[in-house]
Amino acid sequence: MVKLIIDSQSVEAEETWTVLEAARYYGIDIPTLCYYEGLSPTSSCRLCVVEVIRGGRSRLTASCSMPVQEGIEVRTNSERVRKARKVIIELLLASCPNSRTLQCLASKYGVTKIRFKPEDRGCILCGLCVRMCEEQMQAGAIGFVYRGVDREVAMPFHTRHEACRECGACQFICPVCEMPCQGPMQPGQLCNACLDAVQLEAFPSKD
Amino acid sequence: MAKIKSPAMLEEYRNEILRKRERYTRVISLCGGPGCHAQHCNEIYEAVKKAVEKNGSSESVMVRKTGCHGFCEMGPIAVIQPEGIFYCKISLEDVPEIVERTLEKGEAIERLLYSDPESEKAIIKESKVPFYAKQKRLLMSMNEHIDPGNIEDYLAQGGYRALVKALFEMEPLEIIDEVDKAGLRGRGGAGFPAASKWRACRKAIARDGIKYVLCNADEGDPGAYMDRSLLEGNPHLVLEGMLIGAYGIGATEGYIYVRHEYPLTVENLLIALDQAREVGLLGKNILGSGFDFDIKVSIGGGAFVCGESTALMASIEGRIGEPRVKHIHTAERGLFNRPTNLNNVETWANVPLIINQGAVKYRKIGTKTSTGTKIFSLVGSINNTGLVEVPMGMTLREIIFDIGGGVPKGRKFKAVQTGGPSGGCIPESLLDTPVDFDALYDVGSMMGSGGMIVMDETTCMVDIARYFVDFLCDESCGKCVPCREGLKQMLFILEDITQGRGSLDQLELLKELAEVMRDTSLCGLGQTAANPVLSTLHYFEEEYIEHIKKKKCRAGVCKPLISFSINAKKCTGCMACRKACPVGAIKGKKKEAHVIQPEKCEKCGICFEACKYGAVVRK
Repeated sequence: MVKLIIDSQSVEAEETWTVLEAARYYGIDIPTLCYYEGLSPTSSCRLCVVEVIRGGRSRLTASCSMPVQEGIEVRTNSERVRKARKVIIELLLASCPNSRTLQCLASKYGVTKIRFKPEDRGCILCGLCVRMCEEQMQAGAIGFVYRGVDREVAMPFHTRHEACRECGACQFICPVCEMPCQGPMQPGQLCNACLDAVQLEAFPSKD
Repeated sequence: MAKIKSPAMLEEYRNEILRKRERYTRVISLCGGPGCHAQHCNEIYEAVKKAVEKNGSSESVMVRKTGCHGFCEMGPIAVIQPEGIFYCKISLEDVPEIVERTLEKGEAIERLLYSDPESEKAIIKESKVPFYAKQKRLLMSMNEHIDPGNIEDYLAQGGYRALVKALFEMEPLEIIDEVDKAGLRGRGGAGFPAASKWRACRKAIARDGIKYVLCNADEGDPGAYMDRSLLEGNPHLVLEGMLIGAYGIGATEGYIYVRHEYPLTVENLLIALDQAREVGLLGKNILGSGFDFDIKVSIGGGAFVCGESTALMASIEGRIGEPRVKHIHTAERGLFNRPTNLNNVETWANVPLIINQGAVKYRKIGTKTSTGTKIFSLVGSINNTGLVEVPMGMTLREIIFDIGGGVPKGRKFKAVQTGGPSGGCIPESLLDTPVDFDALYDVGSMMGSGGMIVMDETTCMVDIARYFVDFLCDESCGKCVPCREGLKQMLFILEDITQGRGSLDQLELLKELAEVMRDTSLCGLGQTAANPVLSTLHYFEEEYIEHIKKKKCRAGVCKPLISFSINAKKCTGCMACRKACPVGAIKGKKKEAHVIQPEKCEKCGICFEACKYGAVVRK
């Protein structure tokens, strides 16, 4: 067993656990988008970043792939983490404004304004579908194409490929291709209808 | 050629080469680097060779095409030994005279010599040219003595002696200790101590006995070409460094990852590898020491991000070149999940030097925390464009003004950009900063792999930040959100500012975004991507505010913020601007004041350059 501190609590964790697994085991909530139990973590959405303090030095690290280590201190809800998390949610909302998952995350973590230029792409490139298709369905029919801001998920050469069995696993796991948020807002605006309720739940006492 | 099976045989082979060369009374080395290539050095080389043959002096004159000599501004360059005569800007017409007068008689041709810009006196010897005289060329100086396609040239210069010393006189751990004592830090940019990496890789357990050493030649910073010139001009130096490192680490296989845009480098490298294999300096039982090692060349797919260690390894494996999280170090599980050590071209090139002369002597060059020399590619608004190798600790001012000869056309120096897209812009007030890994980091930039772009008053700092962010937008792999989406939004904001739509709130947002990108991005590319923005914001904030509040671009670069008009009092009606205007936006008769029609004007600034009387006004 490995001993570490998560949010001021001394806890023990299995050696094979990640920081995220350890935190969730002890009931501490860390938001994730590209993480899914049973799929390999890629740490690409960066929403699960936590502050890790080791040897007096603190840095933000994605908790979904970081193995627990003896003696580290993890802060899942520090000022620095909250600030980073909010900007990441804001960035994601700018690329996928009407996703219900993202709208709910915005309410939960107190994002009330999108200061960035929205450009609806309908995909946050979390890669869950790609990993689901390859790792669980053993098909590998979709993958990432292009680079940087042009990155997208597609079948080889944008054609319908026989490797796809139309099993629907990619749709099942996608966090954004669901019914759009039904909140009282125009596309590109924030819903925030349940802001107060979920805020209370997420941050019971202000630190 | 039979395989060399012992150090004694290698020495014998070396002596044979040297004996064979005693008949040459003169050697002409023509630079074949990228700069001179563009100036038709190939044709000149062929012409010199033909002329020497025709003259019947090919037995006494050696004609050699080498890698880059460094002084690219003056290309094509030739150096004639043993006199050390330095010729610059030579052309095909000069060839007969060079052969007749210099190669035959050893006379210097005055018009081809470099003339000192201050005293206007012609300088005969290469070592006296100010550009070279103030450098410390430990690595680059060998280039002019070496034809990269001929291993004999490298051996004649004492090549592979360090390897012999390492294999037969040192234990592997001693090699790592020596590199440690020398204080060698990674030249790829971050400056991580090379020996620490080597030690971790040596300690790591290889399940099937295979460990790798890799050489990163995926040089992609805009304006940087020093790794190319080393690897292209003196490939055996890098190979020797890798061999020594591999022996120290206990690796048996190596890869050199060269970017796709360097075909000549690949060509020279493949020849060098073949020749090294042929004489037994690569392969099984090298020089009879029992040490096996071979190197493969992997050609990149044209992505800047592949210079990142884990992306580079993914690319060699044949997967998409994308970084991964590094909770398990590549020293333990890197290429093909085996222990791997990756160093940059220049880092490897330093290794034979350290082994040959010892750590104590090596440490004498440079500063306490940054030892040795560093090669920079000095480009941009500078008189002496080229590659310069200087001891660490030299100030930026000395590099730019003493070696580089300052800013041309009487313009005023504004900033110097170091470290490529991950680095920052350093203003004039900090020009006395020494080039040292830590000192550059402290002023908000970084050493980087060695790009050094000099900018003058005609460069807009907001536009420069926009340029680097635009570059990174294309070159980010797009895997993680802060880098992909953050860069895109950063570009939107900077475009707003350069087009006169910016607001002061956006400056705050820019800073906040930059901080989150640095904190949360997955790899070094995203973590440092905001540096050009942060450093320009820090040192040139008034330019940002001027763009936003006054809608003014003082450098005259941001087109929506500038306009051109003609001062009728100064205009002589010479028609120069009217003829030069590509869109016909200027009206006016001869000897009468001209007028620019704003609705037609494309704001290209050609009229501004064309006017001799300063009548064209840029606002």
